[in-house]
Amino acid sequence: MDTPHKIFSPARLWAIASNTLLELVRLKVFYFLLLFALLIIGSSAFMLDFKFQEQFQVLKDMSLGSMSIFSWLLAVLATAMLLPKEIEDRTLYTILAKPVPRLEYILGKLLGILALLFVSILLMSVMFVIALYIKQQAVLTDAVRGLPPEQTADVIRGVKASAFTVSLIPCVAMIYIKSALLASFTLLASTFATSSIFTIIVSFVVYFIGHVQGIARESLLASPNASALSKVFLAFVSLLFPDLRLLNLTDDVVAGNAISSAIFLKTAGLGLSYFCVYTLAAYLIFAFKEL
Amino acid sequence: MMVKPLAAVFSMLLLFGAAKLPFEHRLEQEDRAAFFHGAKLSLGLRDQVGQLGFLAALSGFRSLVADFLWIEAHTAWEGTQWGRMALLFNNVTTLQPRVVMFWDMAAWHMAYNASVAAMQDPKQPRLALRLRAQREYFELGKDFLIRGIENNPDRYLLYERLGIVERDKFGDHCAASRRFGEAAAIRGAPTYEKRFMAYELSHCPGHEREAYERLLALYKTGRREWLPTLLERLEYLQKALNIPAAQRVNIPEKKL
Repeated sequence: MDTPHKIFSPARLWAIASNTLLELVRLKVFYFLLLFALLIIGSSAFMLDFKFQEQFQVLKDMSLGSMSIFSWLLAVLATAMLLPKEIEDRTLYTILAKPVPRLEYILGKLLGILALLFVSILLMSVMFVIALYIKQQAVLTDAVRGLPPEQTADVIRGVKASAFTVSLIPCVAMIYIKSALLASFTLLASTFATSSIFTIIVSFVVYFIGHVQGIARESLLASPNASALSKVFLAFVSLLFPDLRLLNLTDDVVAGNAISSAIFLKTAGLGLSYFCVYTLAAYLIFAFKEL
Repeated sequence: MMVKPLAAVFSMLLLFGAAKLPFEHRLEQEDRAAFFHGAKLSLGLRDQVGQLGFLAALSGFRSLVADFLWIEAHTAWEGTQWGRMALLFNNVTTLQPRVVMFWDMAAWHMAYNASVAAMQDPKQPRLALRLRAQREYFELGKDFLIRGIENNPDRYLLYERLGIVERDKFGDHCAASRRFGEAAAIRGAPTYEKRFMAYELSHCPGHEREAYERLLALYKTGRREWLPTLLERLEYLQKALNIPAAQRVNIPEKKL
């Protein structure tokens, strides 16, 4: 006896997501990790003349900045290729010809991307923590050499406070949420775009607008000569695009700012709500798309 | 027939946008209160860091741009290009105003290294001009610290550094005392800030009585505070203020 067809099946969702992840891995997207490793090793090597605080500052900035760049590029480039490639290969028609709802298909694809981003950011974080630990040990060995025992504890405390801090964890979480948001927006763009290039360009432009709109708003509101038209345009931009600057807490946390759980949860909540809205929008367009 | 879903999605995004704006506004205010997003990226910065650097800074990678400029400033230091260093430090601190170390190091390079180099400049035979250049670098160092404090009023280190510059470079003990006092008032500041404040106050004309009371209070907290400078300043003030012998603190000779 056949099992009745379910409207929504986690098993089908998982099958699509794992296949998407597998496809992306086969595209050798993880090569960028090698570049990431070279960057953090390189940034550690040419800072030997610096004070240890400077070394840690640059290492953290470089690592988190590279993590942010790579996860952004990965989110946009991998997502932008998904639908056009599936249409070109005609895999999409084979899947949708079966009783697979479009919601499952689109969610499965997105979950595959999210898994890829998760694995990538996790691997980069592990490499970052290892680099930070090696640097910390090197600095400690240098710093305590020849010091009287009563000063050693203070120096060790100072070095450790400059190296790994718990506040770096929310930073990495925010990088993941931001890249997930960008992946969902790219998916939305790819549902109505006619080519991958167009999707990539739209996503890059939105990324840039997302970061600049806050600064533009501030400067426009402060300017007495701002025209009504430019204010209306900016209001429209603010309504339509995410303010990505709000999701960027990393720079200030690395600078030593304490991040409260309230700020982190609100910021993460904002990022996740964008993610949900863009995913829903992507589904709505994809559901009515003539294939 | 994609027009209807597109219009529905567009309306949905606008509605979500209207709903999220007040939340974003509140969150931004909370962020600002917690000293997030303090960097002010102006068009003047674009001319100095270049189009690409400015674009990167605007795109959320300002810490990376700041680090590259910092490394460039380090190279300029090795070449003793003081003017270029000052310019680069300005850009670095504009991009990353919450990194106390950048303000601190920039001020140190200007007030200590560049000022000494200006004073020993072999190309300038006139002492008056060398003195003026030295004074300008002191001022530049002080200016970095003042701007650093404006951006980091919650951190003690820059107040302390400003106190040291006021004391060592300007010889202004009253101002130095005020700065150490401000540092001491910040949560998490080391206990020596209070001591430094009292030391400087003891050199500030017209504040001897207040300095004496502060030093005495520190003295009374216990032996841990009986440091040579504290005892020396206390003894000096006891004599200067003609404190009656019965009220004087007995300063052990060996401590001096």
